[in-house]
Amino acid sequence: MAVLEILVYPDPRLKQISKPVTQFDGPLRSFVQDLEETLRAGPGGVGIAAPQVGRFERIIIVDVSSKPKIKHHGRLVLINPEILSQEGSAVGREGCLSVPEYTGNVARSKFITLRAQDEFGKPLEFNMERYEARAVQHEMDHLDGLLLLDRLVSRRDLFRRQTQEATAPKTKTS
Amino acid sequence: MKKWYMLTLVGQDRSGIVAQITRALYEGECNLGEASMVRLGGNFTVMLMVQFAGNEKALDDLIGPTCRSFDLRHHVDAIEGELLHHMEPDVRITVYGADRSGIIAEATGVLAEKGFNILNLESDVGGTTQNPIYVMTIEGIAEQGIEVLEEALQKLSREKGLETQLEPIDTLIG
Ligand SMILES: [Zn+2]
Repeated sequence: MAVLEILVYPDPRLKQISKPVTQFDGPLRSFVQDLEETLRAGPGGVGIAAPQVGRFERIIIVDVSSKPKIKHHGRLVLINPEILSQEGSAVGREGCLSVPEYTGNVARSKFITLRAQDEFGKPLEFNMERYEARAVQHEMDHLDGLLLLDRLVSRRDLFRRQTQEATAPKTKTS
Repeated sequence: MKKWYMLTLVGQDRSGIVAQITRALYEGECNLGEASMVRLGGNFTVMLMVQFAGNEKALDDLIGPTCRSFDLRHHVDAIEGELLHHMEPDVRITVYGADRSGIIAEATGVLAEKGFNILNLESDVGGTTQNPIYVMTIEGIAEQGIEVLEEALQKLSREKGLETQLEPIDTLIG
């Protein structure tokens, strides 16, 4: 196991699009271990994507279980993740291991249905909401070369968005 | 050694202000730090961190001609500047209601009593001339926890007829 070096913007490699994983073998699983160790090594991180450590394959790890009072699925290794459906939109504050000393407001879908594979290639499907869904969308963006910097909304939009949301008809929640 | 200054500008909003001012600063070999530039009630206002080798007078002379050409009032203060040491807000509060005098003082007064440290406050007046409404969003740090702030805001709503919302900001790092 090893803590890997995290690429930091403006490293151009962070803008690269990652390839799907095709081989679910030992080397993949040992990389996943290293990726997880890298995530755990930093304070407060709830997710990490393979391209953040310079491996351009569609692998992310998300674990929001340290946050109080939210719904989640624990520690997740998500390989070749795909969002099958999404609903709602909410603005929340995000930072990034690859963008130190910066946080910004980003709009994300509130509810997602996600399909992925685990590190053995087994198919997975989840209904996720809010914080966990946000973490997955943040990490999946890294697979497509997108950073939170590409999705910022201005602070002044916040109130307008919230009021719009409060008055909009309620959507189905699962 | 370059020193930090806070440059304040106020004037009628006209196109090209930002471009011309920052051009003059660039040509005078200034570095720019964090900035807030916003139109307030038809005035264009700028608060801009400027790093400059000379003294206040020299900086004043540098931007004087551009300010005069745009009819901008300007002011220069020597400051202790520090970049890359951000404080992260953990609470966002919205207060709104029919516009009347004292709203900000009432709201921020009770919040200050309960240990709320304001990092950012934005307010707008909307509505109509007959019925103006006041909308304020504040981000800051709840130094004595969120519960005491929630109680204080509920009391404020009841007693002063203001609508208030408090929302924790849980910055997602990924
Ligand atoms: Zn990130």
